[in-house]
This record gives sequence, C-alpha cells and structure tokens, in this order.
Amino acid sequence: MSTAVATTNPSRIELTLRRIPKLFNAALIPMLGITFFLFFWHVVAGNITTSLGKFPGPAQVWEQSVALYEEHKEVRAKADKFYERQRVRNEKKLAKDPNATIKWRSYTGKRSFVDQIFTSIYTVMAGFVLASVIAVPLGIVCGLSDRIYQAVNPIIQVFKPVSPLAWLPLVTMVVSALYVSEDPWFEKSFLNSAITVTLCCLWPTVINTTVGVAGIDRDLVNVGRVIKLPAATNVRRIVLPAAVPMIFTGLRLSLATGWMVLIAAEMLAQNPGLGKFIWDEFQNGSSNSLSRIMVAVITIGIIGFALDRIMLFLQRRVSWDKQAVLR
Amino acid sequence: MKSFLELSAMGKVFATDNEPFEALRDVNLKINEGEFISLIGHSGCGKSTVLNIVSGLDTATTGGVILEGKEIDDPGPDRAVVFQNHALMPWLTVYDNVELAVKAVFRKRKSKAETKEWIEHNLALVNMSHALTKYPSEISGGMKQRVGIARALAMQPKVLLMDEPFGALDALTRAQLQDSTMAIHAELNNTVIMITHDVDEAVLLSDRIVMMTNGPSATIGQIVDVNLPRPRNRLALAEDPHFNHCRHLVLDFLYAAHGSDGPDDDDHQGQDAREPADATGTAAAASPSKPAPLAVNHSDQAA
Repeated sequence: MSTAVATTNPSRIELTLRRIPKLFNAALIPMLGITFFLFFWHVVAGNITTSLGKFPGPAQVWEQSVALYEEHKEVRAKADKFYERQRVRNEKKLAKDPNATIKWRSYTGKRSFVDQIFTSIYTVMAGFVLASVIAVPLGIVCGLSDRIYQAVNPIIQVFKPVSPLAWLPLVTMVVSALYVSEDPWFEKSFLNSAITVTLCCLWPTVINTTVGVAGIDRDLVNVGRVIKLPAATNVRRIVLPAAVPMIFTGLRLSLATGWMVLIAAEMLAQNPGLGKFIWDEFQNGSSNSLSRIMVAVITIGIIGFALDRIMLFLQRRVSWDKQAVLR
Repeated sequence: MKSFLELSAMGKVFATDNEPFEALRDVNLKINEGEFISLIGHSGCGKSTVLNIVSGLDTATTGGVILEGKEIDDPGPDRAVVFQNHALMPWLTVYDNVELAVKAVFRKRKSKAETKEWIEHNLALVNMSHALTKYPSEISGGMKQRVGIARALAMQPKVLLMDEPFGALDALTRAQLQDSTMAIHAELNNTVIMITHDVDEAVLLSDRIVMMTNGPSATIGQIVDVNLPRPRNRLALAEDPHFNHCRHLVLDFLYAAHGSDGPDDDDHQGQDAREPADATGTAAAASPSKPAPLAVNHSDQAA
C-alpha cells in the first residue's frame, strides 16, 4: 500500500533519487573517462625520459599552470608599475611646462601566458570573421548559379588542401610590401597570422554553404518563383534560412581549422600567441619546459572546444532546425 | 469563342544523355473560368509536367499555354501552386508563411491592416485560425496542406494549380480537405487544375476529369464530364449511379485501356483497348460491357 502511495505521489527525495541514473550518465561517466585518462597519462609519463627530464605527468602540469598564472600576475604588476611611472613622469613634465610634448609608450616587456592566449583568440577570430565575410556570400553565389560554381570549383579544390605553412612566407612578404603606414592599426605579425588563418578558413565554409544552398528543397525555390520574390528578398527570406544549418557546419569546420592553423603559423613565424609560447619554451629547454608546453597543449584544446561550443550556441540561436543533432 | 485558359498543342521533350525523351505530345485543352479540372493518369505519364508548364515553372518545347489571351512564359502568382508536400518554409510560422506570399504578391497595394486582415481571412477559410503562431513542424500534415492552400488562395490566383495536394495524407484527413476544397471552390469559384491519383477524389471534386495516356509522348486520352449537382455530399454520392458511372469510366480508362501493367480489376477485364486518338468516341461505345445507367456527356478535348 505504502509503496503504491509513494509511487503516485513521490517526495522530493525520491524525485532526486530517480534522477541519479541521468546524473550518472551526464557527469559521472565523463568524469570516469577523465580519471582513467589522467591515470594512464601518469603511468605512461613516468616511463618516458627525455633529455629535459621525465615527460610531465598531470601533477607537474598542474603545478606549471599555477606557476604560469603567478607569472602572469607578476608581469601584469610590472606593466602597471611601468604605466604608473610613465603617468607620474608625464604629469611632472606638464607641471613644469604645459606645452611640453609628452609621449605615451606601451609596455614592451615579456608577454605572459595569459596575454598569449588572448592574442591567439583575437587573431583567430579576426581571421575567421574575415574568412566568413568572404566565404558565405561566395558560397551562396556558387550554390545559386551552377555556372559560377563550375568556374570557381577547380580553384577551391586546388587551394583547399594547401597547408597554412605554405602560405605563410607569401603572406608575410605581401603584407610587408603592401601594408606600409606611419601609424598602423594592426601589427604586421597580427596581420600575417590572421590572413593565413583566413586563407585556410575560407574553404570549409564556401563548400558547405554551396552544398546547402544548392540543396534547398526544389519546392521552396519554386514557391519563391511563383510569388516572384526579388532576388535579394529571395536570398534573405528563403535561401539564407534554408542553408543556415549547412552554413554553420561550414563555419564550425572553418573555425576549428583556423585554430589549428593559427598555432602552427605562430610557431613558424614567431608571431605572438600560443604557438610562439610553445616554441619559446621548446628553445628554452628548462626542466619545466615540457610541463609548460603541456599546459599550452591543454589550453589550446580547451579553447578550441570552447570556440566550437560558442558556434554551436550561435547556431541554436539562429537556426530554425532545432531538431538537428548538433555534435 | 475565346476560352479562359487554353493548353494549345503543348509538347515537351526532355534532353537526356541518350536520345531526347518526348514526355508530352500535342496536349490540347480548353478550360472555362470557374471550372474544376482533375488530371488523372498513371505515374510518369506527364501530369506534373503539364501542371508545371501551366504554372510556368517549366516551359513547353512546342505549343504553349494561353491565359486570358496571353501566353504564359514564366511563373507568377496568378497561377498559384499547391505543392504535394506543402512546401512551407520551416523557419516561418503559419502566419508568416502566408505573409511572405501576400507581401510579395501585393507589394504596396495593401496597407498593413489590410495585409493582416487578408492573411487571417485566408487562413480562416481553411480553418487554420487557431494556429497562426505555430511552426510547420508543430502541426499535422493535413494542417500544413491547409496552410499551403491558404497561401495559394491568398495570392488571389486566376488559376489554382494543385499537384496531388492530398496524396501524402491519410484517408480521413484527405476526406476533410476534399470537403474544404469543395466549400472553398463553391465560395470563391476559382478555376482549379488538380492532379490526382485518386479516382473517387477526381469524381467528387471535378467538373471534368482529364485522363492522360501513358508516356512517352503522353497526351489527353479522354475527358469525362461529371454532371453532378453541387454541393456534393460524399455519403450521398456513394450510391449515386452517375457518380459510379463516372468512376467506372475513369477506372476503365486507367486499368483496362491504358494500364497494361496496372492492377487488373476483375470488373474491368476484357475491355476493349482504346487508342488515345479514340478519345472522342462516346463513353457508351467505349465500355460496351457496362450498363449505362445515365446518359453521360462525354465531351471531346475541345469541350
């Protein structure tokens, strides 16, 4: 009797208990996976000895990530002091002579790990946005017109498999030749990295947008023809919304590619960012280097994952197709 | 006399990798204003091609379509299409789907209030007033097709083209929508061309049933006049001799004369095979084994 009553009118505790299997699936199983991985990592790392000491295990990596954050705080404090000194100096100058020309210099000391992270994120976003602004309209045009597609497709297919590192010297030379300005908006190194990212980000978005636009349900296209929608309205009201799921598939692939490309470009070109951090640590060759590189590796992974989640979130907001399985 | 809508010596040849495929040859049909025409025939006989040419979504290779004295060469809202699979934009609500069409068709000729009223009026016509803010994924197949019809009606078309509009629906929903279609036709008196596979549907709804021969080079084989008074009631008609006679004429045409690979109904075995060119022959002569309970006006293609 009592159990029957309990099942028809479950208490709060019971409801929580019932949720346990779900919680188990949602949290515990991934946690188990991570724990197993950490253990495996620990065991294997202990058995690999390099010229820079043992391969870092999870503990050393954690130690170094804390150390890197402390260093960041130190660097930040130094920078703050530098700006404070500069401010005081300039004020003194102005007090003596109100017409004196004062100079504001930015801090040029060592960049911290956290600074490098933000440089990389900023660079990849710039390259990615530039690529998207080119790729989505190009993809729409290719999807709408078979002739343009046939004209553009060979070029896409040839450039798509090109490694970013092949582009990099060319981009560097072109940027230094063309981007000459007294008061540049951007640093050249930033432009080199961002444009290299753009060149590699273009293709997945172009290809997926083309496929999405070309694959729009014939009937929907015909509705647009029957009601004689003007071309621009047709793109805005029918083509774009219909292709949004595929466009986002392309954008997500592009951003993932761009992120990988950027790290490689930064390493090769010594442009500021996480790639440079890794290369510097590698050249440095201290006993902590491998752990610090491992911190960067994990950071790169987490940021890549976060970028993809942000795109997914945007896709959910923008796309009508809520049922679509987003992975 | 000039007819409202005329299909004139219409032919269609599709280019294929091998040799050109002639889908349609010499299709001639005159349709009066307010008439409800059904196109019936076996799969692949070119019914849809006929409808696509009338809508302007496809072009005829020879001949053409004349609407109110003007030749048709592109799609337009004066020939609204109801698609088999509703073709609603999944990212727009019921209301917005109709609005997209209304705004495009009437541009600036209707004020904001008029536009809203017109959209709501047309959705009320198909009994969809309760779901204005719903998305297509949230309503049933029958409801989607109602919205598709409302969208087409909202264009105020001269001709309503329906491509197997109820083909994808279950029997009960189909019956409901057929009744709605009849009610709307009675109220608005639009000219309708409907493709169907359903013989009962064709007889119930149509003024004339246009039967097409099998392709390639399909053409109009025979036309049956359905002289049943309107409004028509499906239950009462089930026993009606003229209704059944029309049904038999269509079935005879589809399964005995032009459906050698179609299902062989016992009733319809042993019928004389008729050539498409024979379409002008009388119905009684065409089905000698059948008692003709009523005089059937069997008209020729140029009726």
